[in-house]
Amino acid sequence: MKQTLLAVEHLSTHFHTRSGVVRAVDDVSFTLNAGEVLGLVGESGSGKSVTGYSIMGLVDPPGRIVGGSIRMADQELTTLGSEQMRALRGNRIAMIFQDPMMTLNPVLSIDTQMIEAVRAHRKLSRREARDRARETLVRVGIPAPEKRLRDYPHQFSGGMRQRVAIAIALLNDPDIIIADEPTTALDVTIQGQILFEMQKLARETGAALIWITHDLSVVAGLADRICVMYAGRIVEHGMAVDVLGTPRHPYTRGLLDSIPANAPAHTRLRQIAGMTPSLLDLPAGCAFRTRCAYAASECEQDPPMFDVGAPGQSARCFFPLGAGTEPA
Amino acid sequence: MTKTRPSAVPLLELRGMTKRFERPPDLAARLARMVGAGSPAQSVRAVDAVDLSIAEREVVGLVGESGCGKSTLGRLAVGLLAPSAGDRRWRGAPVIASPPAAAREQQLKTQMIFQDPFASLNPRRRVVDIVGEAPVVHGVIAAHQQLEYVGLQLNRVGLDPTLMRRFPHQFSGGQRARIGIARALAVKPEFLVCDESVAALDVSIQAQVINLFMDLRAALNLTYLFISHDLGVVRHISDRLVIMYLGRVVESGPADEVFAAPNHPYTRALLAEVGSARPGKRAFVPVRGEIPSPLAPPRGCHFHPRCPYAMPRCRESAPALAPVAPGRLSACFLNDTETAT
Repeated sequence: MKQTLLAVEHLSTHFHTRSGVVRAVDDVSFTLNAGEVLGLVGESGSGKSVTGYSIMGLVDPPGRIVGGSIRMADQELTTLGSEQMRALRGNRIAMIFQDPMMTLNPVLSIDTQMIEAVRAHRKLSRREARDRARETLVRVGIPAPEKRLRDYPHQFSGGMRQRVAIAIALLNDPDIIIADEPTTALDVTIQGQILFEMQKLARETGAALIWITHDLSVVAGLADRICVMYAGRIVEHGMAVDVLGTPRHPYTRGLLDSIPANAPAHTRLRQIAGMTPSLLDLPAGCAFRTRCAYAASECEQDPPMFDVGAPGQSARCFFPLGAGTEPA
Repeated sequence: MTKTRPSAVPLLELRGMTKRFERPPDLAARLARMVGAGSPAQSVRAVDAVDLSIAEREVVGLVGESGCGKSTLGRLAVGLLAPSAGDRRWRGAPVIASPPAAAREQQLKTQMIFQDPFASLNPRRRVVDIVGEAPVVHGVIAAHQQLEYVGLQLNRVGLDPTLMRRFPHQFSGGQRARIGIARALAVKPEFLVCDESVAALDVSIQAQVINLFMDLRAALNLTYLFISHDLGVVRHISDRLVIMYLGRVVESGPADEVFAAPNHPYTRALLAEVGSARPGKRAFVPVRGEIPSPLAPPRGCHFHPRCPYAMPRCRESAPALAPVAPGRLSACFLNDTETAT
C-alpha cells in the first residue's frame, strides 16, 4: 500500500461576493499518494485551480476555505498560521503556474531569485545555494546554466521561462508539486518538451504531482489517477485508464466526445448541449442536469459519489453510464 | 463528407506572398543614421514567398506554431495587410488591378473571424449594431430591415435573437464566438478566414463551435482558411493542410494523407503531439530545441537545427517545395535522396 501524502476531505472554498456566495470548490475529497500523478481536469470555472490554491494556502479574500480539511502527513493545513504555511510553501509543496511570470520577478536576475528561494528554507551559504540552483537548471534541461543564471526573466523564451519556474519549484525537493496548466500557453512542440521533463522529473525525484488542466489529452498520457471537476465538485474519479476508457459520468463522456481527435474527421462532434452554468446560479441537485441527456426527476436531489465500474472508480451520478440504470 | 473537386479557377490564389515587418528605428538608431553610422533596419520576413490556392468550397487548414506567420498569411489572404511582394487573385483576377467597385465587392466576400472573443467585439456597442452595421453600410439590406435581419443572423449561429439589445460583456465566451461568426456572415461572404477561432474556448464549447462551422459550410457553401495551432481541430474540419514553419510552407496536401503519412520531419514532430486522450500513459518524445526568433532565422532550411535528420546541405540552402505525391508538396532534401524513411 502506498503512503498517502495528502488527504483532502470535504474541502469547500467559497467566495463571498456582492452578488452572492460563489461555491468555487464544494465538498471536494481526494488523496494523493507518494510518487503519484493526479490529474485534476475541468473546464473554466470548475474549481480546479481554486482547489490548487486552497492546498497552497493562497486563497485571497473574498475567498475563504469554509469547511473540510487538508492533511499533509499528519499536519492539518487549513488551520496553519501564515508563518507555518510559508515554511511549507516552496519547501514541501510547490506550485507551477500557467504564466511563469507569476513565479518570477521581472526585475531580479534568475540567480538572485533562486538563491533566495533556497536560503528561505535551508541554512546554506550563497555559494552553496547558487550551486544548487545551477544543478536544478541542468535537471530541467536548460543549456548553459552558468550563463543563464545571470539572465533576467525577459531574456528567456516562453518555454525556457516555464522551465525556470519548474526549476524553482524543484529547488527544495518538494514532496508535492501542484502544476496549474503549465503547458497551456506554450506551443505544441514546446509543450511536448515540458511534459517530457515533468514525466522524467516526477520519476526521478519521487515527488507527487497534481496536474491541473482542461486538456484531457495531456493528462491521458501523464496521470495515474484523474478527478474530473464540474461546477466546483468532483463528478468522476478513478484510475486514468478507467475514467478515460470507460467514463461513467455523462459529463466525462461528453468531454471526451468533444475532443476532435477522438472522432472520425469531418463528422459532427457529439457536443454537450448548453453552457457551463454560472456558479452564482447553479441548478439545485446535480449541477450538470440541465445539460445532461439522461437527467430525470431524481437528479433534482444531490447525487452522492457512487462506486461504479472498475475498483476505485466513482461517479457523482444517479444514472452512471454502462451500469444499466440510465433512464430510457 | 464531400470531397471538393479542384475547379479550374481557384477562389483565392496567393502567389509569392511575402510580408516583411521592419522594426521602426529607435532614437539612438535614428541619430546614428543621421551621422551616417547606422546599421540597416532589422526586418522580419513573417511570410516568405508563399503560394497558396484555395478552391471553391474547400477547407484549408493552416497549421504552425507561434511566429510561423500563419496569422500574417491569414491577414494577407483577406487583404487586411498589404503584401511586401506577391499577388492576390480572386477567381483568377488580380485584386489590386480591379476597379475600386469590384475590389470592394471582392473585399466583402472575404471575412475574418478572430481568435479572441473578448477583444474582437466593441464593448460599447450592442449586438444589434455589431452584427447589423456592416450589412446596412454596404447596402446588403436596407436600414429598416436591420432588426429582422440581425435576428435571422443570430438564429443561424444558435443565439437567441431576443438578446440582440445586449452588450458583449453580458455573454459567455462561447456566445461571443458566435457573435463574431454572425458578424462575419452578415455581409454574405463566400470566403472566411478563421484565425484560431476556437482556441480560446472550453472543450465542450469548442465542440459546439466546430459543429457550427461545419453546419454553416454545408448550408452556405462557404470556403474556409482555418488557421490553428491545434492539429486535432484542423484535422477534423480540413480537406487540405498547409503547414508553416518560420514564414515558409514546409508541407501541404490532402488532410487525410498528411495525417496518415507525414513527409516533412517538422510535420511528423507536430503530429506526434496531437492529443487524443486515449487511455494509457505514454512517453512524451520531444522535438529538441526552441523555435528560433523570426528576426534571425537559421540559414538554409529553417528547421535544420531541430531536425533529427539534418544533413550538411540543409545548413547551406533551403529546400524548395516539391511534389512528393499527387497533390502533395514537401520542402525537404530527404525526398531527393533515397534515405527517406
